[in-house]
Amino acid sequence: MDINPMTILIASIFTNNMILANFLGMCSFIAVSKEIKTSLGLGQAVTFVLTGTSVINYLIYTYLLEPFGLEYLRFIVFIITIAAFVQLVEMIIERYVPTLYYSLGIFLPLITVNCAILGVSLFMVIREYTLLQSLAFGIGSGLGWTLAIVALAAIRQKIKNAPIPKGLQGAGVTLIITGLMALAFIGLSGVVTIQ
Amino acid sequence: MTTILTTILIITGITTTLAILITFANAFIADYGEKKIVINNDKEFIVEGGKSILGALVDNKIFIPSACGGKGSCGYCKAKVIEGGGPILATELSYLTEEDQENDIRLTCQVKVKEDMKIEIPDELFNVKQFQGKVVFSKDLTEKIKHLRIKITDGQEIEFKPGQYVQLLAPPYPGNAEEVFRAYSVASSPSQKDQIDLIIGLVEEGLVTTYVHEHLSEGDEVIFNGPFGDFYLNEDSDSDMYMVAIGTGMAPLRSILHYMNENNIERRVRYYFGARKPEDLFMVEEMKKLEEEMYDYEFIPVLSRVEEGDDWDGETGRVTDLVDKYLEAKAERECEAYLCGSAPMIDSTEKALVEKGLKDDKVFYDKFD
Repeated sequence: MDINPMTILIASIFTNNMILANFLGMCSFIAVSKEIKTSLGLGQAVTFVLTGTSVINYLIYTYLLEPFGLEYLRFIVFIITIAAFVQLVEMIIERYVPTLYYSLGIFLPLITVNCAILGVSLFMVIREYTLLQSLAFGIGSGLGWTLAIVALAAIRQKIKNAPIPKGLQGAGVTLIITGLMALAFIGLSGVVTIQ
Repeated sequence: MTTILTTILIITGITTTLAILITFANAFIADYGEKKIVINNDKEFIVEGGKSILGALVDNKIFIPSACGGKGSCGYCKAKVIEGGGPILATELSYLTEEDQENDIRLTCQVKVKEDMKIEIPDELFNVKQFQGKVVFSKDLTEKIKHLRIKITDGQEIEFKPGQYVQLLAPPYPGNAEEVFRAYSVASSPSQKDQIDLIIGLVEEGLVTTYVHEHLSEGDEVIFNGPFGDFYLNEDSDSDMYMVAIGTGMAPLRSILHYMNENNIERRVRYYFGARKPEDLFMVEEMKKLEEEMYDYEFIPVLSRVEEGDDWDGETGRVTDLVDKYLEAKAERECEAYLCGSAPMIDSTEKALVEKGLKDDKVFYDKFD
């Protein structure tokens, strides 16, 4: 696999966006996208966790699991490292950025079970990325996730006073918007390939 | 075989490394230093930052009631946090009413001490202590209700108002993995400062009641703390008293009655005690005996499910029916009522009493859930 890491970075933001192309990480995407500021904070936290875990998981996979033939352990190992890493991030945010800590609330520890993060670690293994490619993929996916959630939050803020039918308010209209955004992003597909 | 071993080794290695990392991070990053908590604008405590308010106060021997031991699942440890609490956390929301939220009431087991704080707790909580005791007496009152006597063995004395409760600790036992506290009214008079009586019913799947009924026996050591609660005898009044209880609701009223008897408090007392069948009644002789000793007191047991052939010539029906039957309509004299038992019994009795002309602020109750 000889793809330029920069290509992977760009691709994972736009053409292979975790949310809009793979539909991973939907729960916090829908729940924390009411305000641009909070969603930007969560996006940053997710990006940080993605970058960190993709590198750590890459190292563990390549230097521990593969040599011993324990690839089948990757699911549980990846989840353990992600959980520990999120715990660390939570501690740091709680200590140094308390306002963000309070506005993220329960969704900060829930990054642990954000599918996008496990997804990135698993994709990078399946696609046989190198360390640099994995790092680029992690950062790119994080930025892509942030882009998507901030864009969604911006749209939701705009339509806050729109006369939405009762049955569609909240999650309903959010899913429709997400679908439209995904359609828009399909326009970019095919520009670069990364697998 | 080697695969299994390497698997175990690698998983253990990874988790241990991560656990050590987190422990270190916890020690360095989550170190908030020493913080000051001012309670009721009066007392100051220096506590270790980063802990929950509840935990920090326990370190200073102040016990806020908490049945779950600080896991945020009972909602008892509420207190007013005036300064330094930060916004309400998601884990608190389900336990705080809108009124609580407006009045800065918080769950002290969830709010961490990250800066200097000002909080308010009821003054009585300063009297709450933790006691060590030994079960000196344990007897089945009925099939499902036990009478315990706990002697305090650590040299302390307990001061409480008749009607208040303590929290008994159940240590881990087979079937229950962690320590848990539950509240029980003291059934003995406050004049006994070196021991308490408890009347504990068996609740299905109840953690502490199962412990008491199946694992605790005479001679065992126990830990409890207290006293708590705002259900106690109003000593500023000399009005008539109506007491209504079912089941273990006997406990706080027994404490009140013995206290009144010992101190020759001269008030007219009527005590209606409800049960289902004759074998569910207990302490009847003791309660009857007080009739001879006390000023103007009558004990009226009532059974709701008398069957033919039962040896019973007393009242039948529900305690609520007795209120209807015996209370003079629109009583001119001022009355107080002390109700103790299940929530439905208390709600219907309170309604019946208010219909009879009692003021609802004179109806005191302790709901056992």
